[in-house]
Formats: sequence, C-alpha cells, structure tokens
Amino acid sequence: MSRAALLVLADGRFPAGGHAHSGGAEEAVKAGRITGAASLEEFCRGRLHTAGLVAASLAAAAAVGVDAVALDAAADARTASPALRVAARKLGRQLMRAARATWPSGELDELARRFPKGAHQPVVLGVAARAAGLGAVEAAYCAAYESVSGPASATVRLLSLDPFDATGVLARLAPTVDLVVDRAVEAGRRVVGGGVEELPAGAAPLLEIGAEVHAAWAVRLFAS
Amino acid sequence: MTAGVRAVARIVARDDGRGGTALPVLDSDGPLALRRTRASGAEARVVVVGAMSGPLGGDHFTVEADVEPGARLRVGSAAATIALPGQSKGEARYDVRLSVADGAELHWLPEQLISARGSDLYVTTRVDVGAGGRLVLREEQVLGRVGEEPGRLTSRLSVRVADRVVLDQELACGPGAPGGWDGPAGLGGHRAVGQLLVVRPEFDETPVTARVLGEHAAVMPLAGPAALVSAVAPDALRLRRLLDEALELLDSVN
Repeated sequence: MSRAALLVLADGRFPAGGHAHSGGAEEAVKAGRITGAASLEEFCRGRLHTAGLVAASLAAAAAVGVDAVALDAAADARTASPALRVAARKLGRQLMRAARATWPSGELDELARRFPKGAHQPVVLGVAARAAGLGAVEAAYCAAYESVSGPASATVRLLSLDPFDATGVLARLAPTVDLVVDRAVEAGRRVVGGGVEELPAGAAPLLEIGAEVHAAWAVRLFAS
Repeated sequence: MTAGVRAVARIVARDDGRGGTALPVLDSDGPLALRRTRASGAEARVVVVGAMSGPLGGDHFTVEADVEPGARLRVGSAAATIALPGQSKGEARYDVRLSVADGAELHWLPEQLISARGSDLYVTTRVDVGAGGRLVLREEQVLGRVGEEPGRLTSRLSVRVADRVVLDQELACGPGAPGGWDGPAGLGGHRAVGQLLVVRPEFDETPVTARVLGEHAAVMPLAGPAALVSAVAPDALRLRRLLDEALELLDSVN
C-alpha cells in the first residue's frame, strides 16, 4: 500500500468535481442557520455523524470488496432526498472518470458498466481506494473528511468566512472524524458477513429538507 | 433492580370475503391494550390504548400487525406515547413490525411519541409491503413536554417494498446523541420532527414530484413506489398540520 496514494485521493484538487457542491451549506447559510465559524462547526458535526458516517461506512465496505450494487441500493435507501441522490450519483460519475484515468482497474470498469449514470459517490470512492491499493480505513477517512471539508470550504465563499476560521473548524472536528472512521470501518467489515443492514443509517432532517429547498431555487452558486 | 416490562401486542387483519376486514388476531398484552372500533366500509379500525404510561427505562414493547391480502386496516392510538425514565437503568425499546400483503392496505397513524427528560428510548419500525400493497405511516417525535428538556431518543425506520429496501434511516436526538443533532444540519432547535411515508403501487408508473412545503418540510419521492414527507416544526400541533397538508396534497395529485 502506498500511503501517498491516500493524499492523491483525498486532495481537494483531485479532479472529481467536489468543489461544485456545498454539502448543504449554501441553503443553510441562506436560511440563516450557518452564520459563522461556531454554527458551521455544529453543522459539520451533525453532517459528520449522519451523512458522513453513512458515506464512510459505504466507502469502507466497498473498499473491502462488498458487492457495489447492494451498497448502491443501501445508499439509495439511506438518502430520502431525491436531490441528494442525484448529487451523489453525479459526484460518483465524476469521481469514476478521474479514478479510472488515475488508477486503471477492472473493478472500476465493471462498476462504470453497471452504473452508466453514476453510482453513489462513496461506493465509487471505496472501489477507487481499492484500485489505488488503499484499504477500508483510508477509504473511510476520505469519505468522512470530505463530508465536512466540502461545507467548510463552501462557507468560506458563501459567507466570506476567514479561511483560517474554516480550517480551525476542521481541526477541531479531527478527533470526531477519527471516531466516525473507527465506527465506519467496523460497520463496513460487518457488512461482509451480515449484509447491508449492518450499515449505519443516520439521517439529518434539515440536510434533507434543505437539499430539496435548495434544488427548487432558480439560481445557485453550488450544485448541492 | 427491577426488570422492565415485556409486552407484545399482535393484530392480524384478514379479508372476510364479504367486503369487510376481520381481525382473527387482536392480542393485547400488559400495557398495550388494543380496541376494535367501528369499521368504515371495508376497513377495520383498531386503537392502541396505553393502559399504563410508558415505556419506561428497561421496558421492551413490541406491536405487530399483519395485513393479509385484500384486507384493509387502520390503526391509531388513543393518546400520545410518553417515554419516561424508569427505575431500572438502561434504555427502553419499542419495536413496531408491520407487514402489508399484496392488495392489502394499512394506515398506521399513531399519536406523537414524546421524549420526556431523562428517558432513553430506542424505537425500531420495520415495514414489509408486498408488490401491490398500500401504506400510509406517520411518525411524530416531540422532544420534551412543554418547556422540558428532551430525553434521548433514537428511531430507525426501515421499509421494504416488494423485497427491496426503499427507506432505511435513523434519527438520533437528545442528550447523549451524536453531536450536532440539534444544530443547523439536524433539527435546528425545532422540538417536533415527523415523517409521513406513503407507499402506493401506482407510484411505480407516476412517481410523486418532489416539492417543498414551507421552509421546513418536503415531499420526497424515494427510490421505489414510495414517497416520504419529512418535516420539522416548533411544536406537535404545527408538525401535525404540515403532515396533514402533505397527505392531502398526495391524495389530490395522485
């Protein structure tokens, strides 16, 4: 395993399209629920424990070789908002393109064939991690970290939040990211014997409702 | 140390062959008392009467309902369920297991679940709907009685339609729940949260259109012949109004 491959996959500059999504921050800022660093941190903490944990578990399970079709269906069932399902598949398709070019692999080709319109991004992420020679832990770290780094960097643009403050939020969340990754990896490994019911299913009501509110806007800075 | 109360109540609804629905099984148990009320057309009606308050810490309640092919059942409750702290430490559990056969219909419309201060309740609701089955299910959680801090409440809802899981989500809130539950991604300070799930075979052909109801509620088509209305509100009354409005909308459009 090359540890540096993790840095490539987790790099914000990896061309997988994540920068176009705010992870719900755009709607939360407009609605006045995120107004600065403190409320951004609470937003990210809630997202990390719900959507972040689910994404990290899906990525971990995909990284240990669990059937991607079953994982993709489990992701659908854990994402009530159609706007979020669409966003997850769009991001999955973009990540697929970048990953296949970076780490050519038969498993990625197979996944792309089965989901021409894109599989859920965390599932693609897990398979991409495998292709890069990484394991469940690394895949879960990528997913968990992305679940908070996306909203944090979006909020810098949306609120003109000081980038130092946004980075401080991420640093304070780091111990929680570790915790979520531990849980995600355990869950991802349990799926091997116990099926996708073992995956966490945490949901955040305002993330989902907000995603629908956001999708109904005529003009948006971010895609989700 | 007292062990909590174990109670399992069961309902079986069956097509009586004369245009109505019979209830060959209507088993109350301890604090879960079931009463049949006046039927409406083909539909049998049952009310769950909480003969005692609860569930308390350590209790484990289960309610099961099987709606057999062609039968129609509506279940409500006489009052809100209040989760309270018990003498025995540890969480209380409330499990709901529903099955709706092909060509059957279930309306599962209990009153609110109120999470009182110091309580710790884990609710699981599992629903299995056959290919041509129809379901309306409402879940409302209220965090604390008026002006009260809530207890800890975790609620997992999983729904399978024609052997495919269309919804599997868990909501965790209250002291001890993972951080951020009351923040801008979670409840945003709202004290009532609810869901209305509607499964109809015709949604396969004509899925529900996603739509926002006010600022804090949305109608969302799921990946399958089902739609979920998700809402948060300042209190139980306003939450109910939102969910009622959403159901009317679904009835009028589809």
